[in-house]
Amino acid sequence: MARYPESPNEIFAREEEPDEGWRRPPPSNSLPLRNVVGDWAKANLFNSVPNTILTLLCAWLLWETVIPMTQWGVLEAVWRADDPAACRAAEGGACWAIIANKYRFILFGLFPYDEHWRPLVAMLLFVVAIAVSCVPRFWRPWLAGLWIGVFVVCGVLMWGGVFRLSFVENARWGGLPLTLFLSVVGIVCSFPLAIVLALGRRSDLPAVRAVCVGFIEFVRGVPLISVLFMASVMFPLFLPEGVTIDKLLRAQVGIILFTAAYLAEAVRGGLQSVPRGQFEAADALGLSYWKKTGLIILPQALKTSIPAIVNQFISMFKDTSLVIIIGLFDLLSTAKAALSDPPWRPFYLEAYLFAALIYWAFCFFMSRYSQYIERRLETGHRRS
Amino acid sequence: MASTDGLRQTPHGGRPAPRRRSGAWWNDRRVRAVLYQLLVLGGVLLLGAYLVGNTLDNLERRNIATGFDFLGREAGFDVSETLISYSPADTYFRALLVGLLNTLLVSVLGVILATILGTVAGVARLSRNWLVARLATVYVETLRNIPVLLQLFFWYTLITEALPSPRRALNPLPGVFLSNRGMRVPVPVADQAYVYAAIGLALGIAGAWLFARWAKAYQDRTGQILPRGWIGAGLVLGLPLAGYLVGGAPTALDVPALQGFNFTGGVAVTPEFAALLVGLVVYTGSYIAEIVRGGILAVSHGQTEAGLALGLHRGTVLRLVVLPQALRVIIPPLTSQYLNLTKNSSLAVAIGFPDLVSAANTSINQTGQAVEGIAIIMAVYLTVSLSISAVMNWYNRRIALQGAR
Repeated sequence: MARYPESPNEIFAREEEPDEGWRRPPPSNSLPLRNVVGDWAKANLFNSVPNTILTLLCAWLLWETVIPMTQWGVLEAVWRADDPAACRAAEGGACWAIIANKYRFILFGLFPYDEHWRPLVAMLLFVVAIAVSCVPRFWRPWLAGLWIGVFVVCGVLMWGGVFRLSFVENARWGGLPLTLFLSVVGIVCSFPLAIVLALGRRSDLPAVRAVCVGFIEFVRGVPLISVLFMASVMFPLFLPEGVTIDKLLRAQVGIILFTAAYLAEAVRGGLQSVPRGQFEAADALGLSYWKKTGLIILPQALKTSIPAIVNQFISMFKDTSLVIIIGLFDLLSTAKAALSDPPWRPFYLEAYLFAALIYWAFCFFMSRYSQYIERRLETGHRRS
Repeated sequence: MASTDGLRQTPHGGRPAPRRRSGAWWNDRRVRAVLYQLLVLGGVLLLGAYLVGNTLDNLERRNIATGFDFLGREAGFDVSETLISYSPADTYFRALLVGLLNTLLVSVLGVILATILGTVAGVARLSRNWLVARLATVYVETLRNIPVLLQLFFWYTLITEALPSPRRALNPLPGVFLSNRGMRVPVPVADQAYVYAAIGLALGIAGAWLFARWAKAYQDRTGQILPRGWIGAGLVLGLPLAGYLVGGAPTALDVPALQGFNFTGGVAVTPEFAALLVGLVVYTGSYIAEIVRGGILAVSHGQTEAGLALGLHRGTVLRLVVLPQALRVIIPPLTSQYLNLTKNSSLAVAIGFPDLVSAANTSINQTGQAVEGIAIIMAVYLTVSLSISAVMNWYNRRIALQGAR
């Protein structure tokens, strides 16, 4: 054993390992699966007494909920039946047949049955346009053109009256297209207003600032439902005699005003994150206020506030469900209305879960997107 | 960015503004500023005058009297749940007050329960226990992506349709009945002893607070740590118990009993109230969980290690090192969640819980006084929102870094 080590590494290797250690094969992936699972469980589930108790408690909870839910939702469920009696006969199981029978009503509301392809195409166009807008590479001026085109085509599809499409008044719009329409139009139209409000809130002019702060704080202090009540009850009073606007437009205006206040705060956050040097540099170049704002400040501010804007879009998408209270027929209303058919009435859980799944899919996708864009936009000029 | 603009255009230190290339007065920055503001104010005032004028015209044409006189008239509608005595013969004002109290009750209970649920879920999401963390994640990611109104409908329908009728009510604990008319729990019969107990509780809390202050001063002076927790708990629990015993320790209970088609006696939790509370708590709790998680993650692990290296206990590290720093991150977004919960309680109108909006809505339908009704709703919510903001801002200032602002 009297031998000088050849390298410093060897010293440590010798000291730490038992004599025969280097002969042993390295601990590899060839361990039996049971050991891997066992070690993992020991480290992550049973590493202490309180944790073991917690794990057992959770496992019991899962056992108690998941098993009956699987039995109810999958094993004993009735998937297809034209008659609710078949569902009632199979006691203790979900009646997904209500979805099979009512999905077109839940998705499209009172739109004429034979014309359902029109809201379907409009809805797909919206979804495609949203998906395209989500890709940063496509953030070019033509995107605005695409959106205008989508709005025109969707308007034609929904209203009809031209190209031999029969006319459908917007009181008959409903379901998912209406929800999408309210939220997309809401975010698009409230955006310019929000930028004006956010700039006004940071303006040097006291009167402008006071007006903007007053509007933003007022709207943020009251519930959406009171704004919708105002839109449905008071807007008709605001207009001169003989001028009327329909319920959908009134609700839309209410949603736009409401969203603008929240969106303005998101944009303000972006404005505040623009380093002071950018303002000073723009001033030093002798740019006017509007050139400074439009060319230097806003592009940076809006980029930073994109995650907040997407989050605002998510919460507005969920909030459009409140229009049920002023009598519009959005996705939640149609799901609720589908239950007013007495034979299907007992299967409320299925209908609500169906609507919830649609809302959830949209919101979950968008919140994931918001997280992705937040990571992507970390460009490193943040000062901490 | 006032100061940066000021380099060129606004007077500095009493010097007159430097003349611009063109001397015309409309190129003067200050004149322009005044002009712009006058334009904006004038526009806003004109718009307001136009809308108010139209509204007055329309109201006159429809023969609707304006003003708040209707508040003194007899309401004539019943309210299913009241905290203060109310009958249809009372005034609209009292009906609205009943609604407001219901709103406040739901909001306060909701805020407390949502904070507890959210904190537990947020901490659970960070747990090293894989199963616990996964369950919390599933809860948060599922419930915050579903509209709260849908959740309210869901709970309400679940309670009213899935639970049995009062005749076949579930009886999970002796005296507690669960049916589709809500939950009934027994309550102690009112007695002088409970007044004594309440006084004892107030004294106990005050005493515990004073003792904690004194103990802290004592520790600063001498370095000795007194058992603050034990003595405080003893005061808070012991004094009410003493008051209860002094009052004669009554044991009479008002137990609910089935009479006809429903229960009488005990305290009732209606399906509307339960659905609203559960829906709001579960929904807002998922948001609070994320806030709590973010706040804890924002405190670097080095802080914990440094605290432990100083020889502090784990509990002390949590209480004195981690929590104060996490709270600074948590409080501002938590405030807006409290505001959201309060504002979302207005969705009660959709499931028939008699809150403020619901009472105002009924009043509007009966009197046609839409403008006044909506003005009342908005004014009340604004007041409540501003009050919550004020309290939370005060708390936030208290826990903020000293000298950081």
